[in-house]
Amino acid sequence: MSGAREPVIAARDLTRRFGTFTAVDAISFDVAPGEILGFLGANGAGKTTAIRMLTGLLAPTSGTARVAGFDVYTQTEAIKRSIGYMSQRFSLYEDLTARENIRFYGGIYGLTNAAIREETAELAEKLDLGRALDQPIRSLPLGWRQKLAFSVAVLHRPAIVFLDEPTGGVDPVTRRQFWDLMYEEAASGVTVFVTTHYMDEAEYCDRVSIMVDGRIDALGTPGELKARFSADSIDEVFVRLARGRGVAAEASKRAGAPA
Amino acid sequence: MNTFRGFVVKEFRHIVRDRRTMVILIGMPLVQLALFGAALRNEIRETRVGVVGAVVDDVARGLAVRIDAAPQFEVVPLASPDEIEPAFRSGRVRQVAVFEPGFAERLARDGTADLQVITDATDPNTANTLLAYTSAIVASYQAELAAEGKIGGPAPAVGVRIVPEVRMRYNPELRSVVLFVPGLIALILMLVCALMTSITITREKELGTMEVLLVSPLRPAQILVGKVLPYLALSLVNVLTVLVVSRWAFDVPVRGSYALLFVEAALFTVCALSLGILISSRTSSQQVAMMIALAGLLMPTVLLSGFIFPVSSMPVPLQVVSHIVPAKWFLVIIRAIMIKGAGLEAFWKETLVLVGMTTFFLVAGIRSFKERLA
Repeated sequence: MSGAREPVIAARDLTRRFGTFTAVDAISFDVAPGEILGFLGANGAGKTTAIRMLTGLLAPTSGTARVAGFDVYTQTEAIKRSIGYMSQRFSLYEDLTARENIRFYGGIYGLTNAAIREETAELAEKLDLGRALDQPIRSLPLGWRQKLAFSVAVLHRPAIVFLDEPTGGVDPVTRRQFWDLMYEEAASGVTVFVTTHYMDEAEYCDRVSIMVDGRIDALGTPGELKARFSADSIDEVFVRLARGRGVAAEASKRAGAPA
Repeated sequence: MNTFRGFVVKEFRHIVRDRRTMVILIGMPLVQLALFGAALRNEIRETRVGVVGAVVDDVARGLAVRIDAAPQFEVVPLASPDEIEPAFRSGRVRQVAVFEPGFAERLARDGTADLQVITDATDPNTANTLLAYTSAIVASYQAELAAEGKIGGPAPAVGVRIVPEVRMRYNPELRSVVLFVPGLIALILMLVCALMTSITITREKELGTMEVLLVSPLRPAQILVGKVLPYLALSLVNVLTVLVVSRWAFDVPVRGSYALLFVEAALFTVCALSLGILISSRTSSQQVAMMIALAGLLMPTVLLSGFIFPVSSMPVPLQVVSHIVPAKWFLVIIRAIMIKGAGLEAFWKETLVLVGMTTFFLVAGIRSFKERLA
């Protein structure tokens, strides 16, 4: 690919307002192909709104963004075909078997029957599913479900995969295995856009963005951020940023100044 | 197209794998039909009527024979008035006709004679109906006798007597199942379409799979159609089952056109589906969706549509409310088709109302779905 330097996500002053409330406030960033971007922020910081705009679910109020080369205002259909998505609840149907889930999601993304069969066999081997392939998802251990959900999300070889808190409620060992899967995909050129509440996971990302009150307050490699904030961990950086805002807002409120 | 077919296949799998859903979808119509058809029947057929004092008297015996000949009645001779009370108590008879002693002579002499009709009014509706039938038989017998000059006294000389002749059209045996089957179809369509649709859509929200579907290349309209199509198909199968079973087991006729019946049923189904979509787009849990569908849709369908209680005997405020219950309009239509054999010209107004409601709910449902989710 010639476009190694061409960003796969390019956002410029991307803004979304709901009435008078600004959920996402003029964020700008680039993501390179094959990069793992950790998208951090406290609850309500605007992460979800930002993801909804980037996945073509929500039109921005102003600003521009291109995802996989397509415009978020006018080419949402093309965007949807170029991305994968995994929600925090693993997004598999629990009453269907692993094979049926693969079939279903493959079908949605327009894979041919032959391709689906091939992918199913490949996945079964890679995740060592064996007989579990034909058992309902609800009978599988959480770790397996999660890995399967991720594999299904990238089944159609998207340019970018969005993962919304993919590791919630999973034990550390399984989380580590999950990250291995993500590295593998990233190495094959898929961009991974991941939100998480686990700060240790943020250390595994190529770059980390931290959103506070609708703005991106920090963006860089974990090393850069730690150096800039002279912190020992991303956790410390995060707490400092989030609390800094909170304290400032509190102070301005007390002084009666507009926030 | 492969995409869409896969979606529908998946939806059918959900239905088949979920025992509870299967029971509701397949079992409920049959259970309800059995209940309304067999257990709740209050039809009038070969009701036993006790007759006291008929044996000795030609004219009285003639009347007793005519009562016995009517399909609604079967005469049970009672030896004396003392037997009346025990016969009612034991349920051996539901009505008793007591002829006064010397019935024929008095009639010939005075032109009048006393016939006492005692009816078991435990169920007032049935009692009224029984009475109406007996009166009709008595009146026609009286007319017959007058024509033969067997009634003496001044009465025939006065000339004209007005004798009402009561006849029940369309459902002469007043079988409740004939009335209930159309209502049952409305109820099942509401249950399957509105309730199941709202549950299945909110379940996807609870599981988080709805997010994934929305982010996928599927359009919201495709998601909606894919989700409701299996229920549409199932409910039409259910309608057919109910019609066949009620015809075969309870002899309920479809006098009008089957094609028209299915078109109207499909219209009502789309109305119910739209309501299901509307509910699911406003709620995010299966429990809440189920409660809203049960309280907001099924109860009115049972209580306010005329299914069990006639709309015309409701208090005025409830009658007004009943106008916004789609099942009320559908019931008028489907009863007219099934029982009266009427055509579109008899209920085009009701059809128009239903079309209007369906359009409104469909637009509101789709708009709400897009707003909330997409």
